[in-house]
Amino acid sequence: MTRFGFIRELGLLPALVVIVLAGALINNKFLTPINVVNVLANTSALALLVLGETLVLIAGKFDLSLESIVGLAPAMGLMLVLPVAARGWGIDLPVAVGLVAMLALGALVGAFNGALVVRLRLNAFIVTLAMLIILRGLLLGMTHGETLFEVPDAYLFLGAATVAGLPVSVWLTALCYVAAALFLRYHRFGRALYAIGGNAQAARAAGIRVGRVTIGAYVVAGLLAAVAGLIMCGRVGAVAANQGNGWIFNVFAAAVIGGVSLDGGKGTMFGALTGALLLNVVDNLLTLAQVETFWIQAIYGGIILLALMFSRLTNRAEQV
Amino acid sequence: MNGAVDASGITKRFGQTLALDAVDLRVEPHASHALVGRNGAGKSTLVAVLTGLLRPDAGRIAFDGVPAPPRDDRAAWQRLVACVYQRSTIIGALSVAENLFLNRYPTGRGGAIDWRAVRRGARELLDGLEVGIDVDRAAADLSVEERQLVEIARALSFGARFIILDEPTAQLNKAAIDRLFAHVRALQAAGVTFLFISHHLEEIYEIARTVTVLRDGRCVRTGPVDAITKADLIAAMTGEDAHAVVAMPRDEGPREPLVEVRALCGNGFEDISLTVRAGEVVGIAGIGGSGKTALAETLAGLRRARAGSITLAGDALPNGGDVRARIDAGIGFVPRDRQVQGVVPALSVADNATMTIWNRLGRFGVIPPGARERSARRMMDAFGIIASGPQAPVESLSGGNQQKVLLARALASDPRLLVLIDPTAGVDVKSKEVLLDAVDAARRNGTGVLLVSDDPDDLRTCDRVIVLFEGRVTAELAAGWREHDVIAATEGMALA
Repeated sequence: MTRFGFIRELGLLPALVVIVLAGALINNKFLTPINVVNVLANTSALALLVLGETLVLIAGKFDLSLESIVGLAPAMGLMLVLPVAARGWGIDLPVAVGLVAMLALGALVGAFNGALVVRLRLNAFIVTLAMLIILRGLLLGMTHGETLFEVPDAYLFLGAATVAGLPVSVWLTALCYVAAALFLRYHRFGRALYAIGGNAQAARAAGIRVGRVTIGAYVVAGLLAAVAGLIMCGRVGAVAANQGNGWIFNVFAAAVIGGVSLDGGKGTMFGALTGALLLNVVDNLLTLAQVETFWIQAIYGGIILLALMFSRLTNRAEQV
Repeated sequence: MNGAVDASGITKRFGQTLALDAVDLRVEPHASHALVGRNGAGKSTLVAVLTGLLRPDAGRIAFDGVPAPPRDDRAAWQRLVACVYQRSTIIGALSVAENLFLNRYPTGRGGAIDWRAVRRGARELLDGLEVGIDVDRAAADLSVEERQLVEIARALSFGARFIILDEPTAQLNKAAIDRLFAHVRALQAAGVTFLFISHHLEEIYEIARTVTVLRDGRCVRTGPVDAITKADLIAAMTGEDAHAVVAMPRDEGPREPLVEVRALCGNGFEDISLTVRAGEVVGIAGIGGSGKTALAETLAGLRRARAGSITLAGDALPNGGDVRARIDAGIGFVPRDRQVQGVVPALSVADNATMTIWNRLGRFGVIPPGARERSARRMMDAFGIIASGPQAPVESLSGGNQQKVLLARALASDPRLLVLIDPTAGVDVKSKEVLLDAVDAARRNGTGVLLVSDDPDDLRTCDRVIVLFEGRVTAELAAGWREHDVIAATEGMALA
């Protein structure tokens, strides 16, 4: 290890600290408790998607369709329980069934994606791109492009309720990250993801059930995307037909900035989380600085590019 | 008169190994010259030197009396010599015509590619060889025979008059071989010189006039094929001790059968039946494409069998495709080629070494870090694995140490049968000794071993050697076999 090896362990943390400090200097509202909670709450849904995507990326695959699950899963969960007058299907299922169906949809889409990629050996990029378009189309078809406003309280809990001053979604996301980090380090399926992404043929020859483990990663990612959708539903108090639209770019940006390799076999939960945080901190700063809305995207993209170059320099040959 | 090729004193060293030791090779013009030798004798290195891909440490090469061009002048080499390898150098997605004129397309006005000229040129080239291949066909659809002819045509179109054929007949049936040889003879008559590399010794008598034998990087014999008998040829390939008995029957009493393979058929092998007893090492020998690797991979669960049965200690094993199930049933496996199927390079020694027993280290699939470390340390001590620690990435280890990790991992699940494919390939002498000793220790404890290899050092540890040729068992040599019997059988040659 080089003299600067410790920088590699810290990953994005130095960059994050620098940006936070700079933010505090530039804008006195930035480090206020309200704003910090706001940033964390904003990060939680995206961070769950990044978590799921990271599992799939470590196994050497892709899932683009997660962002469509973020919209479709809660919308379907709502329409199952809402009356026709509230743009539901009028089936009037109990709220609990709606919630379970929502999660099941996410897991099923993941299982389907995984099966197509693993069993039919289709290219993950194209399969999940098609799925992204299909699911988005289903959502539009179901809702006719309209927003679902009447949300039962149970659907709001994750995104709107707070415990000890922080939204439930933040606690949940933190818990998921700790669990996933431990799982990746100390569970055989977690290690198997690295082995598969690092050398799938060798993993197979060593008795790892490559297909099953990979499909499992897709299922978990789909499930987490549904949870992220529920969080958004709670935060906004409604589900719009474009919920989650375009998120997948931020998901990939966060993962890659966080040091997750697109070639598989490399990446940590710590890196993924700092990647997601960094993106949201930057986004928050741009909003606070009252940068004209029309310019935010260009600046945001530029900062992602800079962050990538920065992480390349600190990680040297280690990256993507 | 100058030879088509005059190579003298060619020496090439890779680290510790002397791959070529002052090799002299003279190929007469318009000749057909065969180059034979066992795996690792230096044939591939010599071909790489003769085609300018490797610069020898010492020695001179001249083509037709003219010293060879500098190594980086690829175009000059292409005008002199070409090698048609077993592995295709044709781009499958492009047409035959495009392949023939790749990167040197005739152009028309404005630098645009003149496709009519490309097709016309391709047709002329193939017509010159009397080969009736449609130049618009996708190269991927060509048969092996057609692909070789296209590669020969391409080499000739560069101006090369010296062509090396690397095991050209390995994937061809008899009729295709006859057609290929007819083309070769016609080209010879037209002034082209051929150097054949072949494992099928019978063919050498059919096509070649001169033969050169390489052994351990040295040119040990060269002369007209008429003047050398098959037995002499094999003796030259194996060395002086070829007639010595290398494996004495072990005096350990009868052992009960452990593994029974009955009428097993799969991709690359047909109707294989064999028995491995507890405490016995059974060698499987054969050249590339003999089906030996596929057979071992089927036993290990990496491939499915098409028909037939495998029983282990009396229990019939369900058909394969599931390595995990085979490990649980008691089969340990060291796969072919550690880079491709063996190690996960970026993962640690500890992860790689315990991969087969992750499910045994703790409850509910949890891998307690302490247990993993201890397990890995035990293996590192037992096998003398040199690494900076269990956490070192396995890619930082030498090939020999990586191979030890793989064997340690195969033994970690306490298998009753060990399936090893080339377990000592490309490792140093010391590591080889450690690896073979570990296999022997397992054997003494009653483990049955199926060892696929063509390395004489590996095969010497075997009680019996079963030889495959073109997917079938052609010989079973009982304990006390002699090395030249193995060679003769693997090369598909019946010794009188």
